[in-house]
Amino acid sequence: MTVKAAHLDVDAIRADFPALARTVRNGNPLIYLDSGATSQKPVQVLDAERSFYELHNAAAHRGTHLLGEEATDAYEGARAKVAAFINAAPDEVVFTKNATEAINLVAYAMSNATVTGGPGRFRVLPGDEILITEMEHHANLVPWQQLCERTGATLRWLGVTPDGRLSRQDVDNIDSLITRRTKIVAVTHQSNVTGTIPPVTEIARAAHDKGALVLVDAAQSVPHQPVDVAALGVDFLAFSGHKMLGPYGIGVLFGRAGLLEEMPPFLTGGSMIEMVRMEGSTFLPPPQRFEPGVPPVAEAAGLAAAVHYLSRLGMGNVAAHEESLTAHALDALREIYGVRILGPDTTKDRGGAVAFEVDGVHPHDVGQVLDELGIAVRTGHHCAWPLHRALGVQASTRATFYVYNTHAEVDALADGIRYAQRFFGARQ
Amino acid sequence: MQLESMYQEIILDHYRNPHHQGLREPFDAQVHHVNPVCGDEVTMRVTLKDVDGEPVVEDVSYDALGCSISQASASVLSDLVIGKPVTEAMRVSQAFLELMQSRGEAEPDEGLLEDAAAFAGVSKYPARIKCALLGWMAWKDATARALEAGPRGGHGR
Repeated sequence: MTVKAAHLDVDAIRADFPALARTVRNGNPLIYLDSGATSQKPVQVLDAERSFYELHNAAAHRGTHLLGEEATDAYEGARAKVAAFINAAPDEVVFTKNATEAINLVAYAMSNATVTGGPGRFRVLPGDEILITEMEHHANLVPWQQLCERTGATLRWLGVTPDGRLSRQDVDNIDSLITRRTKIVAVTHQSNVTGTIPPVTEIARAAHDKGALVLVDAAQSVPHQPVDVAALGVDFLAFSGHKMLGPYGIGVLFGRAGLLEEMPPFLTGGSMIEMVRMEGSTFLPPPQRFEPGVPPVAEAAGLAAAVHYLSRLGMGNVAAHEESLTAHALDALREIYGVRILGPDTTKDRGGAVAFEVDGVHPHDVGQVLDELGIAVRTGHHCAWPLHRALGVQASTRATFYVYNTHAEVDALADGIRYAQRFFGARQ
Repeated sequence: MQLESMYQEIILDHYRNPHHQGLREPFDAQVHHVNPVCGDEVTMRVTLKDVDGEPVVEDVSYDALGCSISQASASVLSDLVIGKPVTEAMRVSQAFLELMQSRGEAEPDEGLLEDAAAFAGVSKYPARIKCALLGWMAWKDATARALEAGPRGGHGR
């Protein structure tokens, strides 16, 4: 067996993450397999946020003093860095609180356009359609349900097969599922449960053929694989800083330049106005139009440091490292009698989320045993309840991998599952 | 290992062989409760009867989908409340709630709680408290509705 050169120097990486030095239950070292929920942070990100507060803190985009200039530079510098990371122009990057808010921004821009008589392509009328999939995270599901309730539109969705992929039949027939009444197609770039990577570019092309908009939930893809919004051909893309080594409280909505220009604002107030009179107000051009309130510069600085960290590792290397761990996990878990992996059985078009069932042991109980061993996983429906129903499962246990995880940790997961089986089966 | 302190033998027994499981008729009220964090759910039916003018729990039937703690708790609860006057059963319920909120500090009243005392270890794991309480919350809700429904003349009669 040839030993492949590692894609990442994981030992060196782990040294950058203070949390990974912790011991948890029973003096066990932390084995953190829950990056799909939130990622741990390297000192470089923590230092960037701290140093901003210590040396450059002021309100950006206002004031005429030096600190204000430095804060503005930090914020706009972060925007440019994030834009380059996904191959977008800076004006196409809106900072939000997180991916969930970014998706809500588009949904509310559409209902606002409907109510205030905005451009036709954003207006949603009774009988119009919104197309999503059954595998969506609630963040890319509930806002669209709500938009339909507000406007009288109909929600439709692509189904999921037992192996967690979009139904091939639906994808092949997508031209009939996207109609002239479809206003927007919203789809995940990578499932947070099964790791499934749907054919987003194909779906986007079919949507554009019918004049529909395309929004992609990239919360689980931007942190884990190279993402090029131009190559994907999408109109909107949402992701969260805290899932990609960055701080909480900052996320991104990418919106194609021409589109953001036409959209009415979602949250309004200071910072996003052009002129305010008691009788009415006008709004700034994008992206500022969608960034009310004092900008979260410290968080943006943290996100910029996270982007820098990931860029230095190389997203191709990150993806390859995770593919290697995922393949190992699929192999290891497949060996365990009574364990059923949800989702695709191979790493083809499949990212690093491995959710599974253990016969006779409920996910909570699996998670509890793993916790005793120092292993952090997630249990439940992972904010993808309809996906679980579609897969015929009440709840699952989920391990997710990132740049700081090792093959030894995957082995520990497999051993832990076996221990849980013994613990619950042992006493007869 | 702390695991054994939570997963007492009694709890695992109830999990493997739940008592009074299944949905039965007649019943006075039915509820469906869910733990949104994890997807544990329980459908519970309560039947009351009149004994000298006082409501008494005649039957508790349920269908529970969830972890060992939530399933075992529903089983234990059914043992504890069936045959008791509602006011007495509510006292047991309150004692159990207090035990769950005790963060492992309290000494359970085994006379009052019987098998439910075995759940004392659960109170050290905040993430599992809702699991233990799911069945009890459902039972209280169903019982309240059954009492509201008035004289025995419920479903399936």
